[in-house]
Formats: sequence, structure tokens, C-alpha cells
Amino acid sequence: MGSGGRWGVAARTVCEFPGSLGFAESLGSRVGSFRPAMGLELYLDLLSQPCRAIYIFAKKNRIPFEMRTVELLKGQHLSDAFAQVNPLKKVPALKDGDFTLAESVAILLYLTRKYKVADHWYPQDLQACARVDEYLAWQHTTLRRSCLRALWHKVMFPVFLGEPVSPEMLATTLAELDVTLQLLEDKFLQNKAFLIGPHVSLADLVAITELMHPVGAGCQVFEGRPKLAAWCRRVKAAVGEDLFREAHEVILKAKDSPPADPTIKQKLMPAVLAMIQ
Amino acid sequence: MGSGGRWGVAARTVCEFPGSLGFAESLGSRVGSFRPAMGLELYLDLLSQPCRAIYIFAKKNRIPFEMRTVELLKGQHLSDAFAQVNPLKKVPALKDGDFTLAESVAILLYLCRKYEVPDHWYPQDLQARARVDEYLAWQHTALRNSCTRAMWQKMMFPVFLGEQVPPETLASTLAELERCLQLLEDKFLKDQDFLAGPHISVADLVAITELMHPVSAGCQVFKSRPKLAAWRQRVEAAVGKDLFQEAHAVVMKAKDLPPADSAIKEKLKPLVQVLLQ
Repeated sequence: MGSGGRWGVAARTVCEFPGSLGFAESLGSRVGSFRPAMGLELYLDLLSQPCRAIYIFAKKNRIPFEMRTVELLKGQHLSDAFAQVNPLKKVPALKDGDFTLAESVAILLYLTRKYKVADHWYPQDLQACARVDEYLAWQHTTLRRSCLRALWHKVMFPVFLGEPVSPEMLATTLAELDVTLQLLEDKFLQNKAFLIGPHVSLADLVAITELMHPVGAGCQVFEGRPKLAAWCRRVKAAVGEDLFREAHEVILKAKDSPPADPTIKQKLMPAVLAMIQ
Repeated sequence: MGSGGRWGVAARTVCEFPGSLGFAESLGSRVGSFRPAMGLELYLDLLSQPCRAIYIFAKKNRIPFEMRTVELLKGQHLSDAFAQVNPLKKVPALKDGDFTLAESVAILLYLCRKYEVPDHWYPQDLQARARVDEYLAWQHTALRNSCTRAMWQKMMFPVFLGEQVPPETLASTLAELERCLQLLEDKFLKDQDFLAGPHISVADLVAITELMHPVSAGCQVFKSRPKLAAWRQRVEAAVGKDLFQEAHAVVMKAKDLPPADSAIKEKLKPLVQVLLQ
């Protein structure tokens, strides 16, 4: 099977069946036709932080999967076809045979267990595991949110959607990000090498991919934060510089996104506003 | 040790050391004094949805713990003393010897593992477990959010804070709640008995305690939703009606709270800003 997919035209998708022109058609050509048993499919857009965490995790652990790129900026996540995979209409999503799964934390844990990865990713030790759970729970409404808002308020609204953001709004968003980064340092990282202890875990992947969002927007997240900067270097080393770079190509080019056409803008606006609330 | 605590004056706290007048003093009387090894301590306010889920779970599974009531409406969660237990200044929080833990999902999973509860709460089966994880992840930014807002905007603002919420804001919040309830039914519950399958799990506890928040504010959450109403009956039966009622006594009486004094209002101001967004 190899890795590839047929959604959109993102760098990593490879058209597998000759004659497949786009997602709708290829889905059509599959329904009711003979098709070989599919392996693990990961529906991702590397623009998205949680998708990057899953991508890195799967690649690092040599988990064989088919990449199904779902281009958020083209509204592909809003299609009826994708809703078959994830009725919540969000990436990341997983499909493993007939089993579909949403939510990055659930997906990471599923992969951890199914592919029996090295213990440090999600330790057996009761307290160490609890620390990972604690971070994964906390981040939903804090770091995830403020990193997302930083990217959209600083870059995506003005550049992609052509919507100005007031300086006060941006300032508030960046101030919130600052507060969250301080909590990340003081409550979670403290003086440890990684978020939960001496080894890299799921918590670090989820956190680092979050921070690359404001980095992609041009925020100097690590400036004046030597502790976080050192941690970032350690995580990159643990993951592998090449893989880290590969996973972040898309987000680092986000500020060069061409403006959305009016149809797309109209399609995406409600979802975007809900997302960054 | 028995169960009890010395924070505030909530129904379930029992003063254990004679002469302890309040939290600050009792903490003071412990620091530096001889104290027997503490068992599990759960820092809860049953006004809070995640606290109720943990309370029900611990009681149902006969997990021995000391209840430490932290009264949110008195701002006790903002004290320096409580910050020693949870620097995030939120309930629920857990203390097990020297080990402290925040985040309800992390706490529930810690209790599941440490006390080796029956499998159905957090099943070993890979896919069943993934369904629980999926719900626990989704709810943070979906149902939790809309239930908290609905309860505060509809009831706590007028009753406790003496403030009216603009009708458009309340309408928008209730619409969002409706949307989440629909997702709960269509994506999670579907035609199953419980959220993750045929048996009750921690996902059901987290969900039901959320829904009781708008219920306490007079929202007819179950009225036009027979599927959810039936599920609620099943969850209450599985948990035990008495325990369910006990856990919900505080929130169900929230509408009869006396208005807050100005000192408290001032203290709760940041929370108020967030809940009105």
C-alpha cells in the first residue's frame, strides 16, 4: 500500500489508483468496488498542530499508515465524504479497517497501545502516566487555544482571510499566550529534561507542535525563555531533526498562504470562528 | 482517617482535629507537626461538574479517600494554600501522599489504575478504550464548555452575581448547548446503551455530570431528547440513585444561593469575563 492518499494536492499525497481525480471520485470508485483490505489511514493536515503530533509519532515509531491529506484551507474537512470518517468534521481522524476515531489524544493513545511503542511515550508507571494524562487534558483549553488564536489573529485572518484584526485583540491574544507559556514552564516542565521527566513522551509531542503554531506566525516564543528553548532542542533531537522539519514545512509557510477566494472564505468563516473561540 | 476534611462549611466536611477553625489554620497546624501518613485526598467542590464525576466514581468503587471541600463561590481555590496542592488553582485536585495531580480526566484514570476497578470503567479492549478516550478528549472544548456557560449565564449570573446576561448571549449559548447535545446523541451515544458501548464507563460519568449543570439552571436538557433521557436513567441506575442524588445535592440547590457580596464578586471577576465571551 505504501503511504499516500488522494485528497487535495498537498506535497505528500500520491495518487494510487490510476484515473482517480479527486477525493469524491476515488471514494465513489471504492464504494461497491472490490478493494483490498486497507491498513491504517490517518486523515491529517500538517497545518494543524495535533495532526503534526500524530504524524511525528507515527513516523518516529515506524507505524505503517496511509496519509490522507485533508486540506483545511480548501474546506475539505467540511465535505460529506469526510464526515463519513469523522462526523465531527475535524482533523486528525483515524480509520483502521472499519474502525474510525477522532480526537488527537485518543488517536495517539490508540497508536501507542496497538503498536506497542517504547514505554517512555506513555509510561506504565502510574504516576508518570498520570503526568502525561494531566498535560494532555490541560492543553485542550489552554496552550492549544492560545497557540491557535496567535496564529489566526496574527497571520491567518489578515493574510488568508483578508480580515483585519485590531491591535488590542492581537495584544490580548499574545498576552494570553505568554501566560500559558509561563504555566508550561512553571507547572509542567519545571527543571526536568522533558515535560514529565527524563524522557520524551506524548506530552512533549503535543506541546512542541502547539508552540510551532505561533512560531509559524512569527512569534518569538522562545525568546527570553531559555528553559523552553532548551527543552525544544531536546525534543527535536529526540524526534530527529529531519522528521521535525518535515512535519513543520506546511506551518512554517502559513504566512505565505495566498488569500482565500470569496467562496472558500464564506465556507470556512463559521468553522474558523467556532474554532478560535 | 475516615472521610472528611476541614475546608469551608460544606455538608460533607467533618472537622478532624479539635481546634481547627478553617483551612489556613489547619494547614498551619499540619506543617511542621507530627502527622500520620495521609491517605488519598480529593479536593472537590460538588458545584463543579468534573468534581461530581470523581466523587461518584470514588464512592461507587469504594475507594477510600478524604474529602477536602474547596468552596469555589468563596474563592477558596484561589488561596496560596490550595496552590500548594494545585498551582493551576482549580478543582478537582488529588493528593496521594506527596503526589499531587490536577485535571479530572487524569485523576479518573489514575484512580482506575491504582484501585484496579472493574474493566468496564476504562476497558482494556483497544477500541472500547479508544471510544472512552475520544469522548474524554472531545468534551473539554465542547460539552464542558457549553454546559458551564449555560448554567452560569442562565442562573448564576442573575441569582448569585446579580447581573443580567444579554439575551442574545444567552440565546447563543443555549444554541451551542443544543448543538453539543445533538453531537452527544448522534456521534457518541448513537444506539448504544452507554457512550462507549454496552456498559457504563468513565465517559458516561463525565457526560452525565456535565448535563446536570444546565439541568440545575432549569434547562430542559432531556425533555425533547428521549434517547438521552433513557441513557440518563441507565446511568443513574448503574451508579445508584442515592449516590447520584447525593453528588448533585449542591448543584441542584445552586438556584437558592444568596447573592454574593462585593468582595466575592471582585474575586470571581476574571472567571466572569471568561464565561461571558
